[in-house]
Amino acid sequence: MPTKIEKDSISGQLTTGHEWDGIKELNRPLPKWWVYIFVATVIWSGVYFVLYPSIPGISGYFHGLLGYSTRDTVEADVAAVVKQRSVYMDRIAALPYDAIRRDRQLLAVAETAGRIVFADNCQPCHGAGGGGSPGFPALAAGNWLWGGKLADIETSIVFGIRGGHDNARQSAMPRFGVDAMLKPDEIQAVADHVMVLYGKSTVGSPAGAKIFAENCVACHGDAGQGNREVGGPRLASRTHLNADDRATVVGQIANPRMGVMPHWNTRLDQATIKSLTLYVHALGGGE
Amino acid sequence: MSDAAIQYNEDVVKKFVIAAIFWAVVAFLVGVVLAGQLAWPVANLGLPFTNFGRLRPVHTSAAIFAFGGSALFATSFYIVQRTCRARLFGGEALANFIFWGYQFFIVMAALSYVMGFSQGQEYAEPEWHLDLFLTLIWVLYGVVFIGTVLMRKEPHIYVANWFFIAMILTIAVLHLGNNSAMPVSLFTAKSYNVASGVQNAMIQWWYGHNAVGFFLTAGFLGMMYYFIPKASGRPIYSYRISIVHFWSLVFMYIWAGPHHLHYTALPDWTQTLGMAFSIMLWMPSWGGMINGIMTLSGAWDKLRTDAGLRFSVTAVGFYGMSTFEGPVMSIRGVNALSHYTDWGIGHVHSGALGWVAFISFGALYYLVPVLWKRERLYSQKLAAWHFWIATLGIVLYITSMWVAGIMQGLMWRAYDQFGFLQYSFSESVMAVHPYYVIRFTGGVFFLLGSLIMVYNMIQTVRSPTTARPAAEPQTGLPIGTAMAGA
Ligand code: HEC
Ligand code: HEC
Ligand code: HEM
Repeated sequence: MPTKIEKDSISGQLTTGHEWDGIKELNRPLPKWWVYIFVATVIWSGVYFVLYPSIPGISGYFHGLLGYSTRDTVEADVAAVVKQRSVYMDRIAALPYDAIRRDRQLLAVAETAGRIVFADNCQPCHGAGGGGSPGFPALAAGNWLWGGKLADIETSIVFGIRGGHDNARQSAMPRFGVDAMLKPDEIQAVADHVMVLYGKSTVGSPAGAKIFAENCVACHGDAGQGNREVGGPRLASRTHLNADDRATVVGQIANPRMGVMPHWNTRLDQATIKSLTLYVHALGGGE
Repeated sequence: MSDAAIQYNEDVVKKFVIAAIFWAVVAFLVGVVLAGQLAWPVANLGLPFTNFGRLRPVHTSAAIFAFGGSALFATSFYIVQRTCRARLFGGEALANFIFWGYQFFIVMAALSYVMGFSQGQEYAEPEWHLDLFLTLIWVLYGVVFIGTVLMRKEPHIYVANWFFIAMILTIAVLHLGNNSAMPVSLFTAKSYNVASGVQNAMIQWWYGHNAVGFFLTAGFLGMMYYFIPKASGRPIYSYRISIVHFWSLVFMYIWAGPHHLHYTALPDWTQTLGMAFSIMLWMPSWGGMINGIMTLSGAWDKLRTDAGLRFSVTAVGFYGMSTFEGPVMSIRGVNALSHYTDWGIGHVHSGALGWVAFISFGALYYLVPVLWKRERLYSQKLAAWHFWIATLGIVLYITSMWVAGIMQGLMWRAYDQFGFLQYSFSESVMAVHPYYVIRFTGGVFFLLGSLIMVYNMIQTVRSPTTARPAAEPQTGLPIGTAMAGA
């Protein structure tokens, strides 16, 4: 098709003479501001390439005149924060709990640190403010599995529970159903008894009470008051580790769901663990 | 000019138009569900296949590939025939195979996601056998498109077609690169990418960013370059801009991917590269915006009467906004704040809803009456309602995500006087909840708008009020449609 350059009556510009399906193009020059900004960004990039890490070579890369490095930057930032924290954290690490608690300022720092570390690391399992969730014990209720003194809490945090650490707290409830230690009707009977201990039923089961006395008291106590030596939960209580319906209780007796708590000694430093211990202790259940 | 002898293949265009409208509704609906799940987690329903993690790729694939892709196939097949004055190369059967093959791919991909299959490369989640099938479809698409261009009866290739060709070629390379994976066995839908660690991340974002650059940008620029001059009846503002911004755009884009990996294991020099090329990409992107918006000079009044054109032009506005925001976010220091936050989601959606969806709506409002040989759209008023509801939806979506994102970024980096984090992650999750509700509302508006469009389109095809008067078959049609069909 022959090119036919025309003049556009509205803009006064010439067309290129091409036409496709009625579409024409104006042969307008590039807007100046566009060219200037484009060139400016190219120049800016050139300068940036000289100042910052840019061109790769065979065995490394050009690091730039400013010697910038994201790794160095992050290391410097972390070091600065550690230094800032150490003002108080070094003393928290060095002092015994009593001394920390007597120093209001130090205690405030410990509880600030404890709050945030708890919210970022423990809350997913233990709930906001240590409120607990099914399978993950409440830490604010005072109904402790292993103990609520500062030293007990610290041990639970440092070594964890059934988490694979050599010093982890260990214990296992027998699998009464799976290993056929009790017959199904016996499990039902003892569950009836547990529901009475839970306060959710008044119809007890003499047979169940007997089975309980024979099989369970070592870890749960003769009146269901629990046994902290083995982390056996208090059954005569209104707050529980797991859900408190009968089906869950039967399931627990037949095939116990033994909870795992990670050990934190490799993840958190000593001062942080102490802060955390003080925080958990102060949640409402500390002894 | 008019060449009555050419019988354009409009059948496949119609099919893709219907598919685009259908998938638009699906994509927005799933988007609304996701937005609801983020605001109210119970909406996950506790079932594996309704879980956020599985529905998210359904949404992104439905939006980008099903809706966006079908719109691109429809418009590119329409445009290439008209601007080359050549019938689609390869015949009916091939075109239909591409249509059904592509739809099959989409359905299979979506099903595989809800069933829990994914190769874990974002926007390239389908497993290897689906990837192979898509390769076949895409190669055939390239054959048909480029074949048509080669058979053209025009001396020159129109700019829209440059962009479509750039898309077809680059997407082919990206698809092969990012999906280079070793199947575990011939009979399992599980494979491992040949690259691992940071190399894998780099290939992923070279792919991911250029999927944005060549699929969601170049392809839709092709759309813009046809429908805006057609609907406004004005010549392209500047041919020289077309040339310079086309070449600079395709050259700059391909390097920008590393800006997705700032402050990661990616070497610093690669991060610099991604950032610098993103900054240099600003003007090449804006070249398209200038050509899109300024083409209207002399025909601004059409915006008042033609809601389709209003969609197209607003789309270009959003395009300009996102392509400025993008370079800003790619600056290392800004990225330190914006990365991993909902700011990114806001940015994506100002591009996705504002640019991709709006430019497609503009094209669809133009195409439906033309393809179904109707005199006009059923209702400009309903189209205007769609425009305003959808715009309100976008504004709610992106402003809430900006606020939420910047708030997250600031909360995550806030330290107290002792050097401890001031806020826990879960506090930042609680803080954004109201904005998630606003985003959900914005999504509902956008979805409602698209349903209005569906009704309007059905009525355009069906209602007797839009029938062409038999005597003068061409009155009231946009310039150029005289060449439609026989
Ligand atoms: C992966 C889930 C999980 C995380 C994370 C977790 N815990 Fe635990 N924690 C448990 C479980 C389960 C138990 C109960 C184990 C048992 O049955 O004896 C427990 C028990 C405890 C106990 C003993 C409670 C008692 O009654 O004696 C303390 C104290 C404790 N966790 C503190 C913490 C602290 C502090 C953190 C954060 C640093 C933390 N936990 C993080 C799961 C978790
Ligand atoms: C060897 C010690 C041991 C014996 C014996 C034992 N338990 Fe347990 N039991 C535990 C421990 C430890 C737990 C805590 C489980 C956990 O940490 O997940 C527990 C948990 C429970 C719970 C759940 C408590 C809650 O708060 O949700 C019930 C119910 C229970 N045991 C019932 C029984 C009954 C009934 C028997 C006897 C048939 C029995 N247990 C015997 C150690 C024992
Ligand atoms: C009703 C309209 C829409 C709604 C309500 C919506 C909602 C959402 C939601 C909730 C997410 C997940 C965000 C997250 O993970 O935090 C998302 C992601 C995404 N959406 Fe949409 N969306 C809509 C339309 C679109 C459209 C039209 C497109 C593209 C054409 C699109 C492209 C994407 C992409 C690419 C992502 C992933 C972003 C990323 O990974 O950073 N969306 N959308």
